[in-house]
Amino acid sequence: MRTLPRPHGGRLINRVLSDAAKKRVKDELPEMIKIEISRDLAVDMENIAYGIFSPLEGPLDSTDFESVLYNMRLANDIPWTIPIILDVSSEVIRDKKLKVGDVVALIYQGKPIARLFIDDIYSYDKKEYAKNVFKTTDVKHPGVSKVMQYADRLIGGKIELIDGVNNPFEKYTLRPLETRVLFKEKGWRTVVGFQTRNAPHMGHEYVQKTALTFTDGLFINPVIGKKKPGDFKDEVILKAYEELINHYYLKDKAVLAILRTEMRYAGPREAIFHAIVRKNFGCTHFIVGRDHAGVGNYYGPYEAQEIFSEFPDLGITPIFFKEFYYCKKCLGYVSSQICPHSGDDIIRPSGTIIRKMLVKGELPPKEMMRPEVARVILSFDKPFVE
Amino acid sequence: MSEKTDKERKHTTVSIPIPLYEKIKKRIEGTGFTSVSDYVTYVLREVLASLEEEEKEEVFSKEEEEKVKERLRSLGYLD
Repeated sequence: MRTLPRPHGGRLINRVLSDAAKKRVKDELPEMIKIEISRDLAVDMENIAYGIFSPLEGPLDSTDFESVLYNMRLANDIPWTIPIILDVSSEVIRDKKLKVGDVVALIYQGKPIARLFIDDIYSYDKKEYAKNVFKTTDVKHPGVSKVMQYADRLIGGKIELIDGVNNPFEKYTLRPLETRVLFKEKGWRTVVGFQTRNAPHMGHEYVQKTALTFTDGLFINPVIGKKKPGDFKDEVILKAYEELINHYYLKDKAVLAILRTEMRYAGPREAIFHAIVRKNFGCTHFIVGRDHAGVGNYYGPYEAQEIFSEFPDLGITPIFFKEFYYCKKCLGYVSSQICPHSGDDIIRPSGTIIRKMLVKGELPPKEMMRPEVARVILSFDKPFVE
Repeated sequence: MSEKTDKERKHTTVSIPIPLYEKIKKRIEGTGFTSVSDYVTYVLREVLASLEEEEKEEVFSKEEEEKVKERLRSLGYLD
């Protein structure tokens, strides 16, 4: 009988300090070297500590970094496609006299987030990074632009979490240990994970429900974190999904919880990364649609599906979908894999059209978005990132 | 960063019987595999992953489970 998958790498990582250890570390803080980190990095340290990024135990060292860059695997051959790194400038390294073997405190806005046992301090080539991860060095690509702004050196090592970053969405935050207990309690043996950064339209709903037909449960896991202008705001996505689930999903079949990490827009590589993260949450399956984690025209529409053929050892089964739309002839929501019609017979749930209508305060056609969902979005003054 | 290629950095040699090598060479003709090594790597990864999948074990203790259930109830995920 099928059971939930083992965490990626075989073991669910836990790098969270106990309360007693936390107190001891906090007492030692005045003497420790401190490194300021960004909010995105601080949140990713939390993701490492709670096993969301298992098997990582800290930011990558140079061996793993190069292996991820060139082979899409950690040095021990475990699939891993997105470098999780800690960038620090040469000036900081020089001024603070940082060296391998030091234990430093990672600080965000004055708050100690984690302590880091430095294993490695190394240089890297930003263009190589961009070329391999994003398949472009074009700085118009939001991921490339971010890499180009990183500091010039990287630090690798294991971390221990002292405190998390302020989380306005605590109510929606579950860690892998919690989702695994939850899925077990619900009696789910197969769970399909759905990654999103959008409020749901009809196409999303039918993708999820089609996958749910073959699995015990659905794990809707929106990415909450830095996004690009024009994307839906985090609170809008969550409220919209709550409304959709309340009205249109079986109560015991869907779980909504967030993933706090930034979007990298790395297309195919990020699809693998997203699948690994959902495997850690306990998903057996993962939905990969058209242009997953893409931006602009940097990736082919189904490149994020094709890349899965390179990972027979991923440990989570991808479910590939093409496009879902309303067909006037079929009289229902269908996909391009089963509907022979085209042209005026079909109504596509276009994100661009939906967005334009919502900006004008109009309800999109019901074939594109559930009116209940649209009304929730319209109840926000500014539903989009500016 | 080192200038070694990934092949130099990451690969070693294992021996397989020549007839098996020939069989694989024929099998991968017209597929996406560009070498016998790539095919053998793929198959071995697949086999090892499925063996590891059979060795499943619970990732939490009874005690942890009870503590987690309390939080899940407080958040409304469990009744």
